[in-house]
Amino acid sequence: MYQYDKYDQTLVDERVAQFRDQTRRFLAGELSEDEFRPLRLMNGLYLQRYAPMLRVSIPYGLLSSTQLRMLAHIARTYDKGSGHFSTRQNIQYNWPRLEDAPEILAELATVQMHAIQTSGNCIRNITSDQFAGIARDELEDPRPYCEIIRQWSTLHPEFSYLPRKFKIAVSGASHDRAAVQVHDIGLYLVRNEQGETGFRVLAGGGLGRTPYIGSQIRDFLEKQHLLSYLEAIVRIYNRYGRRDNKYKARIKILVHSLGAEKFRDKVEAEWAHIRDSSLLLEQKEIDRVRAFFTAPAYDPAAGMDTSFADQYKTSPAFTTWVNRNVKGHKAAGYRAVVVSLKAPANPPGDASHKQMDVIADLADRYSHSEVIVTHDQNLVLPHVKQADLYAVWQVLRENELATPNIGLLTDIICCPGLDYCSLAEAGSIPIAREINRRFDDLDYLHDIGDIKIKMSGCVNACGHHHVGHIGILGVDKKGREVYQLTLGGSAENDACIGDRLGPAIDKDDVVDAIGKILDVYVEYRQEAERFIDTYRRIGIEPFKERVYASKTAVQPKVASYAGH
Amino acid sequence: MRVKRRYNQRWPAMRVIKDNRLIDDRWQRIARMDDDHALPAGDVIVPFHYWQAHREALLTRGSNIGVCINGDIETEELAGDLDHFPLIALEFPAFTDGRCYSHARLLRDRYGYRGELRAVGDVLRDQLFFMRRCGIDSFELRNDKDIEDALRAFSEITVRYQAAADTAGPLYRNR
Repeated sequence: MYQYDKYDQTLVDERVAQFRDQTRRFLAGELSEDEFRPLRLMNGLYLQRYAPMLRVSIPYGLLSSTQLRMLAHIARTYDKGSGHFSTRQNIQYNWPRLEDAPEILAELATVQMHAIQTSGNCIRNITSDQFAGIARDELEDPRPYCEIIRQWSTLHPEFSYLPRKFKIAVSGASHDRAAVQVHDIGLYLVRNEQGETGFRVLAGGGLGRTPYIGSQIRDFLEKQHLLSYLEAIVRIYNRYGRRDNKYKARIKILVHSLGAEKFRDKVEAEWAHIRDSSLLLEQKEIDRVRAFFTAPAYDPAAGMDTSFADQYKTSPAFTTWVNRNVKGHKAAGYRAVVVSLKAPANPPGDASHKQMDVIADLADRYSHSEVIVTHDQNLVLPHVKQADLYAVWQVLRENELATPNIGLLTDIICCPGLDYCSLAEAGSIPIAREINRRFDDLDYLHDIGDIKIKMSGCVNACGHHHVGHIGILGVDKKGREVYQLTLGGSAENDACIGDRLGPAIDKDDVVDAIGKILDVYVEYRQEAERFIDTYRRIGIEPFKERVYASKTAVQPKVASYAGH
Repeated sequence: MRVKRRYNQRWPAMRVIKDNRLIDDRWQRIARMDDDHALPAGDVIVPFHYWQAHREALLTRGSNIGVCINGDIETEELAGDLDHFPLIALEFPAFTDGRCYSHARLLRDRYGYRGELRAVGDVLRDQLFFMRRCGIDSFELRNDKDIEDALRAFSEITVRYQAAADTAGPLYRNR
């Protein structure tokens, strides 16, 4: 993985000193709350419902075991003992003290970490494929480009006060696991007719109040032009993005109001001026950064192992876990292990300091000291020999990290909601807990199969509800927490925004409604059809009828729906 | 004599940061200008629209002329007039409005402007580093703030990943 040199280290050290002074000036009354706000946000610090929240950057989700131990230490020392991994592959602490924030950042800097630009109206953490570097369907490892973009965007002098936040994702695989199309800029590594790899560029995707799938604005961008093209897009956005209304300030609104064609023309015109400037990315630099991401020394004998096949046959619980939580790897005899942070009683995405330490130890022993945070709020041990899977499983199981539910109904993406977040209008963790309580039968979960439930506690959509197969959006309706359901969304290659099922549903009825939706699926599905495929085939009506049947039953006009 | 009197009226002269030092300012910035009021004598900074409307008169009055633009005005609009201005003021109506960062870079990089670029308006210490990097070289700090304290802004961060007005190439070339 990438290692800081003296420049990177100096920058984070200086940044800590700068923020320490800014915090001091705020506490001394020299900076007003309004003046301090963007400064603390650009260092990851929110002032929340009960306490500040600190969001620490995990560039493209990649952690060393040393870094994960530091995250555990921070959870133990400055928080109530846990951290929450987010859909942007970062970690959030919900209980630090404002006064401690500079010290936490100083501790992070000792392990080459920071919280720079994890919030604020600037370019945020660059996200990527959780299986980058190990996926079989990968054209090229996207992480060197993520790192190059990270450095270009860090303390970018022109783009630190954009109209609104700005998110970039890069994928190098044929299967999009990074929700690329719902980012402000999405980049897919692709190959052109000459056999060269470059980028397909999308802009204007985003969720929140007004969700949009990104529009393609360039089908092939040579790698050497990566930074100049990004600079052109962000400059157009900085100049013309709306600043009068924060709900219309994201680049998606600009792209949509101009139209993708016109937006692209503006970008291309700007790019023509700067494409051959010092922004031209030198091959030497690509090679230098790429050298940090070479594959670890895999054991060539790993594929000869036979113990795994025996264990797989003899232990049903292990078999179930392998089927769900263990993924393929490009190296023979190796697997990627998904560590589930979705145990039934666990707030989705949370890990305790003890669990983080356990995972760090497993990474050292079995996974070349690497851990990856996934967009779905789980962790990955990326390089585990198949012969070690049984041992890894046992340790994970003892620590409630082996729930065999990856990709299933209870592998919910979920924001912190009303329990922590000052923006939230409704709870999301309690709904997740109720879903777990109701659907606790593993056979049923496996029978339902692949399904993505995504839940947000307000329209800001941190839980990506728009792109869930089932999306759940909590809103406040005259003091009551109610939930709008959407069906048919996707954040993958076939990205689309879900359709609204109907009127919002009371908190107590949400999980019943999900049960009914699943009943309809089970009745209508053909053979091994996934939920999303059944939905696309039969449309929303059967689901709508079922969910609202009992309610509408009291109204004579639609009484015929009752009993469906 | 009139020039001197003007200065006496605003004594002590306003101080601005220029090239990372404090200097006494010789410019008078006219924030709003009615047509029927005469401009004060001496070097003046006028709103861009006033420049457009009174171009000939301004060019013959025998003083230095600066113009002030904000994010609503396209840099392209004044590109042809740059030779007339020893100073261009970039107005930040709120420090969170980042459009003039792009203006500064365009004026420096695209139009080759070599005069003084001055930040005015909601100009605060914690943004000076970014402004300086974009090519803004003088700063009229918001007047309730400690201007001496603001000088520290330029030395807090020494690492610059990107090429910008103050750095010819990207950092990686030094590695």
